[in-house]
Amino acid sequence: MKFVRIGALGLAAMLALSACGQSAASPPADPLGVVTVPAGEAIKVAYWGVLSGADSTLGIDSQRGVEIAIDDREGKLLDHDIQLITEDGLCTPEGGATAAQKLAADTTLVALIGSACSDETQGGIKTLTDAGLTTLSPSNTRPAFTFEDRDATFDGYARTAHSDAFQGKAVAEFLYNEQGLRTAATIHDGSAYAEALQQVFTDEFIALGGEVLLQEAVSKGQTDMKPVLTSVAAANPDVLYFPVFIAEGGYIAAQAKEVAGLEDTLLIGSDGMFSPDFITAAGPAAEGMYLSSPNFSAFQDAYASFLDKHRTKYGEDPLSAFHAHAYDAANIVFDAIEAVAIQNDDGSIHIPKQALRDAIFATSDHQGLTGVLSCSPTGDCGAPLIAVYQVTSRETGGEWPPEAPVWPTE
Amino acid sequence: MNVDQIVPLAGDDAPPTESIDWRDVIRVGLLGGAVGVYLCLVGIVPVFDTRPLVSGIISLGEAAIVAAIATTGAVAARNAHGTVRSALMTGAVAGLIAGIMLSLLIVASELVNLRGFMLNASPQLVALLTFGMGLAGAWVPIVAGLVLGAAAGAFWLVPVRYRSPIVRGFLSIVILGLFAGLLRAPLLAAGMGQLARLLFASEGLTIFGAVLTFGLVVGGRIVRQRFGFQGRLDALPDARRKQLLAPAVVLVLLIVLAMPLALGPFFAQVIALVALYVLMGLGLNITLGLAGLLDLGFVAFFAVGAYTVGLLTSTAEFGLMQLPFWAAVPFAVIFAMLFGAFLGLPILGIRGDYLAIATLGFGEIIGILARSNLMLPLLGGPRGVINIPKPIDVSATHFLAGPVQIYYIALVFAALIAFIAWRLRGSRLGRAWVAIREDEDVAEAVGINLIQTKLLAYMLGAAFAGLGGAVFAGLVGSIFPSSINLFVSINVAAIVIVGGMGSIPGVVLGALFLIGIPELFREFSDYRFLFYGIALIAMMRFRPEGLLPSGIVKRELHVPENVGPATAVTGDTTPG
Amino acid sequence: MNRRLVERLTEAAIATFLWSFRLVIVLVVVLGSFLTIVSGKYDLETWVRLAVTGASLGSVYALIALGYTMVYGILRMINFAHGEIFMGGAFAGYFTAVVLDDAGFLNYSPVTALISVAIMIVVAMAISTLLAVLVERLAYRPLRNTPRLVPLIAAIGASFFLQYTFRGFFGPGIYAYPGIDFLSQQAPIPLLTIRWVELLVIVAAVVMMTVLYLFVMRTRIGTAIRAVSEDKSTAALMGIDVNRSIVTTFAVGAAMAGAAGVLYALMFRQVTFFVGFIPGIKAFTAAVLGGIGNVPGAMLGGLFLGEIESIGPVLFLDGLGVPAPSQLKDVIAFTMLVLVLVFRPSGILGERVTKDRA
Repeated sequence: MKFVRIGALGLAAMLALSACGQSAASPPADPLGVVTVPAGEAIKVAYWGVLSGADSTLGIDSQRGVEIAIDDREGKLLDHDIQLITEDGLCTPEGGATAAQKLAADTTLVALIGSACSDETQGGIKTLTDAGLTTLSPSNTRPAFTFEDRDATFDGYARTAHSDAFQGKAVAEFLYNEQGLRTAATIHDGSAYAEALQQVFTDEFIALGGEVLLQEAVSKGQTDMKPVLTSVAAANPDVLYFPVFIAEGGYIAAQAKEVAGLEDTLLIGSDGMFSPDFITAAGPAAEGMYLSSPNFSAFQDAYASFLDKHRTKYGEDPLSAFHAHAYDAANIVFDAIEAVAIQNDDGSIHIPKQALRDAIFATSDHQGLTGVLSCSPTGDCGAPLIAVYQVTSRETGGEWPPEAPVWPTE
Repeated sequence: MNVDQIVPLAGDDAPPTESIDWRDVIRVGLLGGAVGVYLCLVGIVPVFDTRPLVSGIISLGEAAIVAAIATTGAVAARNAHGTVRSALMTGAVAGLIAGIMLSLLIVASELVNLRGFMLNASPQLVALLTFGMGLAGAWVPIVAGLVLGAAAGAFWLVPVRYRSPIVRGFLSIVILGLFAGLLRAPLLAAGMGQLARLLFASEGLTIFGAVLTFGLVVGGRIVRQRFGFQGRLDALPDARRKQLLAPAVVLVLLIVLAMPLALGPFFAQVIALVALYVLMGLGLNITLGLAGLLDLGFVAFFAVGAYTVGLLTSTAEFGLMQLPFWAAVPFAVIFAMLFGAFLGLPILGIRGDYLAIATLGFGEIIGILARSNLMLPLLGGPRGVINIPKPIDVSATHFLAGPVQIYYIALVFAALIAFIAWRLRGSRLGRAWVAIREDEDVAEAVGINLIQTKLLAYMLGAAFAGLGGAVFAGLVGSIFPSSINLFVSINVAAIVIVGGMGSIPGVVLGALFLIGIPELFREFSDYRFLFYGIALIAMMRFRPEGLLPSGIVKRELHVPENVGPATAVTGDTTPG
Repeated sequence: MNRRLVERLTEAAIATFLWSFRLVIVLVVVLGSFLTIVSGKYDLETWVRLAVTGASLGSVYALIALGYTMVYGILRMINFAHGEIFMGGAFAGYFTAVVLDDAGFLNYSPVTALISVAIMIVVAMAISTLLAVLVERLAYRPLRNTPRLVPLIAAIGASFFLQYTFRGFFGPGIYAYPGIDFLSQQAPIPLLTIRWVELLVIVAAVVMMTVLYLFVMRTRIGTAIRAVSEDKSTAALMGIDVNRSIVTTFAVGAAMAGAAGVLYALMFRQVTFFVGFIPGIKAFTAAVLGGIGNVPGAMLGGLFLGEIESIGPVLFLDGLGVPAPSQLKDVIAFTMLVLVLVFRPSGILGERVTKDRA
């Protein structure tokens, strides 16, 4: 095959040439290494997350948050341009691993914002941590990532998104305390997100004194939910919690209305369904159900102007729920860079990586869009404000998002 | 695959005629226009536009449209096989028709809100097609079509001797343009900054790089033809040829071994994945390529191997014991083989297509079980089995850290399987498999025990799939049920089929194309399966034996060019 | 001698294995059903409801299965891309529904709703037929005389191609049919809790299948198709236009699938580019179940599969204490497929195609 031969010869040539290489010298000592940005060159940060495929709205939404953060600094940091590169994680562990490899190989990279899907982080974090890089995720919610006893592979990981440990707890508290319900059933869709979230909810609900009668599951792509809903109806719970994604959530919500025995059961989902697409999918049946989500109504006033900038720049409203978290993540990273960078006389800067990591983790009282943020030693920087919204006729009529949460009430 | 064979040169020898079959020209034009419109609407043109081939000059998306129109013109001219004048005219008219269709698309997009219907009929697309002029520039595709079509038509008249190298030159620009960004980074890191910046922009070739590539390739081909290298090579006696090829093979081997070290961990990750799929492809090669059993449930055994290693070595929640990787691998292979026997026993009596569906069903069943609540206490369900240690425990700076060690491990295993497959092929068992593939009834009549023989092929394939799964667990460090899906089976099957059934170099080539390339071009991953589909159909249409088939398969499946498209008046001749 | 012994042993092992397999399945089914019913968790009305859903779902499967079975009958080829034909119909119905909804026609009254549905079905059938004919012309016809594996692979390729073409055109998002209020209401049938939409699906499917059956049995073209399915060369010698019969088969099967697409979407609302994949496989299962090449068999198989899917997880597995049995719905379906392929490959009603070995 001619092309294989061309390629092979080309590679051989390159290997021969690479034998005569030379390395650049570098300055201050730092256990993880130092990134040197020569004068006139850009400070390179990366956004990594799912940018293609069915979940691309999550990644693109966060990427836009980062881009607006860069715009707000007029694209400059310490008199150098900010260069944003992106890598697609494909929302799978393998995809995240490959993306992380690619980014870790880039010795000019300073820091990362990402990933979007928790699976991507699961696959890629070791590579990034080992390379001395630090990544701040705007939308990973898997509880285990910021547990107290997390292991050393996560040393380079922090997030501005809430941990689902908070969201599950919030939902349990809302249902038990606010709504006074005592029995529940859950449905997950086989994804790590849903399974973890409903498990946290189950544990918390039981701890409060409630009873979880049934933990059911469906498959991704399943359309007929009648059998599972029939099982749930037979158990007759006060509430059905199904923290799944838009498609399956739509089917469950729509078909719950058609199954006898669920008329008095309260329906509640979580942020995986918090999107106008869910209202489209579920139709009028969604009216009356509840959804938990980051409490964006508690977002600071700067959020309104963020939305304006977003509309101007992209011609549409944000696609998902974590753009503001991405904005905050980007700013935390930029502030940390500013804090630790050593500016030399010739205009170049040195950024020590361990110092940068420490600075990010030491962030406290950062005025962000999502709240006043402080990072815990294990990487929880998010303001864990979870709210529960109700879908009313306004939302099923086409307005989104809901205006105010039903809980917590101010 | 010879570029000229894609568009057979049926008309080159015919005497030039003056009368032009306008209906054919119109047909070709409409077809070309339809292809062009399709490329625009399906999103290939706007999305691929983000990838420059020659920085600042032309992008991949633009190249696609240009190629579509040019091909239209060339095909029209070819069909006319006439004089210079007729070539120009047919080319021009066909190109014109294609251009008109594109213009209609532009007009429709602008005037009607086509975007509500088809997402890609956007202002962005219109700007691309009209060089930013919008609706006012709707004439651009018409003129471009005319010009390009005529040029392509004229180009067709150039003798093959020069035409072929020029086409290759353009193709080389496309290929190098796509790889430019990837080649640039290692060159920069190796201190060859000057050279890198001269040839490659941060994405795509520089103009200088493009011209250089074109010149080298065209020049190289012409020189080669002039001096008749290929003919001379073929004319050499075998022994002498082997002597000449030996150093080339050694060089290739060295490159293969040194690649991950030279090209960095990202490449290492990609080629580790490629090597892994080569490993599995070789396994399926035995089941499918030799014995002819279309196994679409390969992922089931992959899952068994991966989970076995995961459960036996993980230090996290679901790990049963903390065995070292190498101790767990034999278990993985054995369990996979046992599963192969277990699943294979009932279904191996089923014939051809049904076997495919049955195995597909198994693959899905295993996938569903892996993520089910039922098996959660054992397999971890959606939580997955994490913290699977790497096979060789080294510090992070050691050259074997990360994916590099997986690459070498996969290579070793693949070589092992290749050796086994090679020995088997020449053995009695191998011949029995080939006999079964060609005609089961005759094989049975000759005394081959169908069930046993098929079972052995199936189990062997399963064993190697399990090995692949084990290596995958080591590569990614965790197993999630989302990794157990139909696409793994389809990927492996596609590698074997597209690469060439029964052939080892074929599998390697298939893996490079179907796994390696998409990994390197992840921003196009939305279109990966579109190209898969086209590739599968095209391969079956033009080269069903695969790219580098083994001799036997080639004789079986290859449709010689002097046989026309199948006329369906008569029925099936031979079964199977 | 030794070899004979090994052979005998292997055969014995296989036989024992198959028998124990049968036994386990029977045990699961019988014991599970018994335990579930005895537990009294579900009353009769619940079972009836599940059965009704199963019937409507099964009708959809049956319509799609017809396409598979007819194409297999005439070409001995599994048309993997058939699920995508179904998807195309669903999409076409969606766009028609949106137009009708915007015009206010859709929800104006029950009568207009039914007329709208009819229009949607007709449009969907047209688009599906177009797609199928194109695929046949471009991907399958050149491969008519090639070994079996080749058209199968080409069909897989066609399936991918269609899926991702639609994805390219319309994006990966979810398109939801506009709600038709009339259809969500209960139909006033005594003793049966059935909504209008489910009734519509079942009735429409039965009507179309009857028409198809009459078409295949009573018309000239239908007879031609049957003739070509039985013996292509003889049919050609008899003067039948084989090409035309094949194209007609594809067209008719596609029309059924297109209609099925609309009906399915009316039940489930959501349409994506991927919606054809799983129903496609299920419908093929149904076709095999009923007996491939057998038109009434496809209908029966579809109905049977629909019911098993709807009632199965609850009936068989719930009683056995299996956690989250509905997750294993597809396991039941695929197991049934394997069972049929292993134990009765000719299907319930028996195969109409002559048994030639691969």
